[in-house]
Amino acid sequence: MFESLTGRLGDVLGRLTKRGALTEADVTEALREVRVALLEADVALPVVKSFIKRVKTRAVGTEVLKSVNPAQMVIKVVHDQLIEMLGSEQQELNLVAVPPVVYMMVGLQGSGKTTSTAKIAKWLTEKQSKKVMMASLDVRRPAAQEQLKILGEQTNIATLPIIEGQMPVDIAKRAVQSAKLQGIDVVLLDTAGRLHVDESLMAEMDAVHKESHPTETLLVVDSLTGQDAVNVAEQFKSRVDVTGIVMTRIDGDGRGGAALSMREVTGCPIKLLGTGEKLDELEAFHPDRIANRILGMGDIVSLVEKAAETIEKDEAEKLALKMQKGMFDLDDLASQLRQMRKMGGMNSLVGMLPGVGKMKKQLDAANLDDKLLVRQEAMIQSMTPKERRNPQIIAASRKKRIAAGSGMSVQDVNRLLKQHKQMAGMMKKVKKLGKKGIARGGMQGLLPPGMKL
Amino acid sequence: MSETKEKKGWFSRLRDGLKRSSSAISGGITDIFTKRKLDDDVIEELEELLISADLGVATAARISANIAKTRYDKEIAPEEIRAALAEEVTAILDPVAAPFVLDESRKPHVVLVVGVNGSGKTTTIGKFAKQYRAAGKKVVLAAGDTFRAAAVEQLQIWGQRTGCDVITTKVGGDAAGLAFSAVEKAKADGADLLLIDTAGRLQNKSDLMAELEKILRVIKKLEPDAPHSCLLVLDATTGQNALSQVEIFGKICNVTGLVMTKLDGTARGGVLVAIADKFGLPVHAIGVGESEDDLQPFAANDFARALSGAGDT
Repeated sequence: MFESLTGRLGDVLGRLTKRGALTEADVTEALREVRVALLEADVALPVVKSFIKRVKTRAVGTEVLKSVNPAQMVIKVVHDQLIEMLGSEQQELNLVAVPPVVYMMVGLQGSGKTTSTAKIAKWLTEKQSKKVMMASLDVRRPAAQEQLKILGEQTNIATLPIIEGQMPVDIAKRAVQSAKLQGIDVVLLDTAGRLHVDESLMAEMDAVHKESHPTETLLVVDSLTGQDAVNVAEQFKSRVDVTGIVMTRIDGDGRGGAALSMREVTGCPIKLLGTGEKLDELEAFHPDRIANRILGMGDIVSLVEKAAETIEKDEAEKLALKMQKGMFDLDDLASQLRQMRKMGGMNSLVGMLPGVGKMKKQLDAANLDDKLLVRQEAMIQSMTPKERRNPQIIAASRKKRIAAGSGMSVQDVNRLLKQHKQMAGMMKKVKKLGKKGIARGGMQGLLPPGMKL
Repeated sequence: MSETKEKKGWFSRLRDGLKRSSSAISGGITDIFTKRKLDDDVIEELEELLISADLGVATAARISANIAKTRYDKEIAPEEIRAALAEEVTAILDPVAAPFVLDESRKPHVVLVVGVNGSGKTTTIGKFAKQYRAAGKKVVLAAGDTFRAAAVEQLQIWGQRTGCDVITTKVGGDAAGLAFSAVEKAKADGADLLLIDTAGRLQNKSDLMAELEKILRVIKKLEPDAPHSCLLVLDATTGQNALSQVEIFGKICNVTGLVMTKLDGTARGGVLVAIADKFGLPVHAIGVGESEDDLQPFAANDFARALSGAGDT
């Protein structure tokens, strides 16, 4: 989402880095481009203005002119300011209330409320072990209630039975009562999309809010939204006590300026990000990490977290055991390939590495596609269990068979085997490092000679 | 204009919708220009006002510069600037304002409706269906969104409301296969218009865009010229990303026209000006509300006047 902004700021700041000592004019020029970049990224105008002003006061003058490395200084100021703009720390969903805790979802039409409701329900169920129920208060859009019901069936989460013709406030009342009776921990109220200028619907939202006393009132905002995002947020906040913001469609190629302005203007924290169409594609919002990403400093922490979550524990343990013995067969390679695909494929992993922001376009062009992973897996699946355990028995005729079985060429099979051999070699090195561990030998020990981190 | 005789004329509907947004602009204009000379500061402020209507940096700069060209350093009244602004915007939008025309010779005229998630594709189809049914045409709808839960049901309800056949398949079914049988059915029935709904997709998801290409390939097997129209539905609240949507959807499925929805909020849809400037694609209609009658043909002058607040005085 933030690549384009990253690219733009990268260019500007890159030029600063190359120049050495900075003049005041340089800072002004750089900030003018930062301003255009932010505006093109759909950051709200007032936010851009205050941002530029703050950076300027800090950057121009003593701070920059007298510092040893002026470019670094400017980057630091821009970075600090970005973090400040995004909100200084991560805010979790609030679950501290007498159950059933009520969450109310509000927003414009088509912002992604229903999908986000299901995602949050799934997230609370799986990660917080909560008993969750969802209820649709959308009596306007055709089949909206049906949509939530189907999502409930898909995720195995209870939904409030639909009663035709019941009005939103009554549905909310019934949802809370029913949740009480069933011992539900969290009840999610998905409301109809409404325009913030539609008085009758805003009044209805207000009434639902008063009726259900939500602990969280989450405003769902499309991250592709333009300058209007801020009007929307302000209007909703003035009617109900919005407690947090959910940004959706972060996986689009929008520059996400709405995310940047939202916190600054409304004071509401951005709590969650919707990162895809699938129901597990929901992430916590880390302002510092997003700010880092904007500046092209990567998002290693997110990468590690994501990896840790996806790799099932037992598989990891199994692999660790094998690594200790210096063993790594083709089955292990296959399971690694599967993990990589689960984590969102190569592009998504690469995108999180630092310094890749600028390269990302080239990578996309190079079509670093996930078909490669699928194909490699197919080749491994075309091998017998015996071959997978002992790759050395794979001679020419077996290679032909594997290639035919997976629809690949013998050269592809050779490439895969070579790759596996290198990885197995690395595993042996891990064993040699032994109890002293990687910590002592450092990652350097694992890399081929001549390569430095 | 005959529409003005309806319960609420379409211009007033549009004005109602756009008033809230344009009042911000025209209010802004009054703030800037009351008893002021048109100097660099004023031009910059005007530029910023246009940017905050989502016109984008480049388009805003160009329009402001055009306005300044003949009036620089002169005392200028707010009304004059509004009129000039409306004129500039009209000049850009006028060439692209073209209503959707049903080609009666086609039987059916196949229309593919595409766009990102939540832009209002299904609702737009429902509104189109209503209009052409009212005109006595036979309309068939194809529920090509096989991904989102209850999308098929949503279109079916529109089918019931408007009295159109709805071709469906199971959830998770093949959208291309459905499009194929829809074209087949519409041909056999001698329908005038076939509206094919598709699942919302972000334009940077190459796999989903490839699926769209497949739908096009499959339709062409039956009707080499089809789809005769491909409508891209844009959400007025969208910012500069709409440009990317037009570019990529245009590349993949040869978009023939645009529909902009949700203009009844405070969103100004100014990005439409930037899009017209850059791509010159026809804008067929605008959505100004949730009911069946809230789809209106796009009129450049009215849009421009509403956007700049020129009609208020």
